[in-house]
Amino acid sequence: MSEQTNTGTVEQKKADTTTEVKESVKITAGLSKFFEQVADFSIFMGRYFRELIRPPYEINEILKQCYLVGYKSLGLVGITGFIMGLVLTLQSQPTLAEFGAEAWLPNMVAVSIVREIGPVITALICAGKVGSGIGAELASMKVTEQIDAMEVSGTNPFKYIVVSRVIATTLMIPVLVVLSNALAFIGAYIGVNITSDVSFPLFFAKVFEALKFSDVLPAFIKTFFFGFAIGIISCYKGYNSNKGTEGVGLAANAAVVTASLIIFILDMLAVQVTNTILN
Amino acid sequence: MAEQENNSAKAVTSTEAVVEMTHVKKSFGTNDVLKDINLKLLKGENLVVLGKSGSGKSVLIKCLIGLLQPDEGTINVLGQIVEDLKNEELNALRKKVGFLFQSGALYDSMSVRENLEFPLRDSKDLSQEEKTGLVEEALANVGLSEAIDKTPAELSGGMRKRLGLARTLILKPEIMLYDEPTTGLDPVTSREISELILEVQKKYNTSSIIITHDMPCARITANRIIVFKEGVAFAEGTFEELSKSEDEFVSEFFEQ
Repeated sequence: MSEQTNTGTVEQKKADTTTEVKESVKITAGLSKFFEQVADFSIFMGRYFRELIRPPYEINEILKQCYLVGYKSLGLVGITGFIMGLVLTLQSQPTLAEFGAEAWLPNMVAVSIVREIGPVITALICAGKVGSGIGAELASMKVTEQIDAMEVSGTNPFKYIVVSRVIATTLMIPVLVVLSNALAFIGAYIGVNITSDVSFPLFFAKVFEALKFSDVLPAFIKTFFFGFAIGIISCYKGYNSNKGTEGVGLAANAAVVTASLIIFILDMLAVQVTNTILN
Repeated sequence: MAEQENNSAKAVTSTEAVVEMTHVKKSFGTNDVLKDINLKLLKGENLVVLGKSGSGKSVLIKCLIGLLQPDEGTINVLGQIVEDLKNEELNALRKKVGFLFQSGALYDSMSVRENLEFPLRDSKDLSQEEKTGLVEEALANVGLSEAIDKTPAELSGGMRKRLGLARTLILKPEIMLYDEPTTGLDPVTSREISELILEVQKKYNTSSIIITHDMPCARITANRIIVFKEGVAFAEGTFEELSKSEDEFVSEFFEQ
């Protein structure tokens, strides 16, 4: 009986060891794949900067992409910004009223929107709308051999497709953030006037009184990084898609998820850097 | 029968090779797709490459144009070794080689006119009027003049193939590579495309490599046929010679 128990324990130990080995192999393979992707992405980004400075410059395509990224997102970004300001005001008003600080509402809304909520929410919306569009478009171009067709016609597809789109997102996301912030202030003004009566000049005087240069500039600078991240990640995912039509959906999905995550990481870094510099 | 003879490729008299592949090998991981390929394409010749799916036919022409790098061997196109070319030189060579993709590879976001103008965008010496003239000529050559302002999504499969062909012909290439030009088309449209390939050869004096499974297309277009089997050139000859072959693998194709 005791011998049987011993044999059972040994077998159990062997099974545990095998499971552990399998687990560690899985982790190693996962890590190795992760680092491979990081290296691959770094090479992709390096190629982007090389092609960015090297002529010829695809001015027409850059303008077309700016139109698609900027103008075609105006409606969505504008409505979201307006609702963002309105909701923030309506949610904050009761709490501030409890402390008798209702007069500070425009100041609080202004700082919150300009520093954090405006850039991050707008960037996330653009990651969803623009990022998924770019990821799916490039993956579809790859599947249908359009990228190869450009290459065999003597055109540099990386410059034409990737560089133009990344420039467009880098330049247009800041513009969209400014618009979104402006509409958020309008939404906040309407929100304030639902429960109380504040004049338009007074509300905006308080908004601009609350904002300092150190609020506006770092927040504006980080939007360029958000735009760059959305563009380069979406292009990377689409350009390197390799699973046929299934890959189109995967590329769009991966572009949105990765870009959103990177936006949060960049935001965290931006706050740290800004605080370090200002202190 | 007389019509068939008129619509078939004539024998090539030239001995000048415009493409020469020597001991070309290409693998993807452990899968050896091309195993020691030696091949010559003569000036003005239509060379048809037959073979089952996965036998390396498309990989062969992608290596030829530099879309894929061979693991071993040399590829000489119009007197230039493809592997030795710098980016600019390779782009210049690619302008002399037209490639018709299996799917047509039309740019969905552009109109038919923009698709055709795209290969001309680096031609600084051409005015916009000249470019428009070339576009209209290329479309007329493939019988698609009325489709100039449509988008690729509005075209049928056969029209997309013809448009793809017009786009490659606009640069007046010396060599044409066709990757399964009749796949997915009905027999009537397939025949039209095959006859168009023959017409292109005669009109522009191009040399072509045509990858196909479609025997009527091979019969109409081929001056010479190479049969691929598991990454090697298994048999070679004219359509008539190979159709009489007693080899089981080769005769399977010609029994269609």
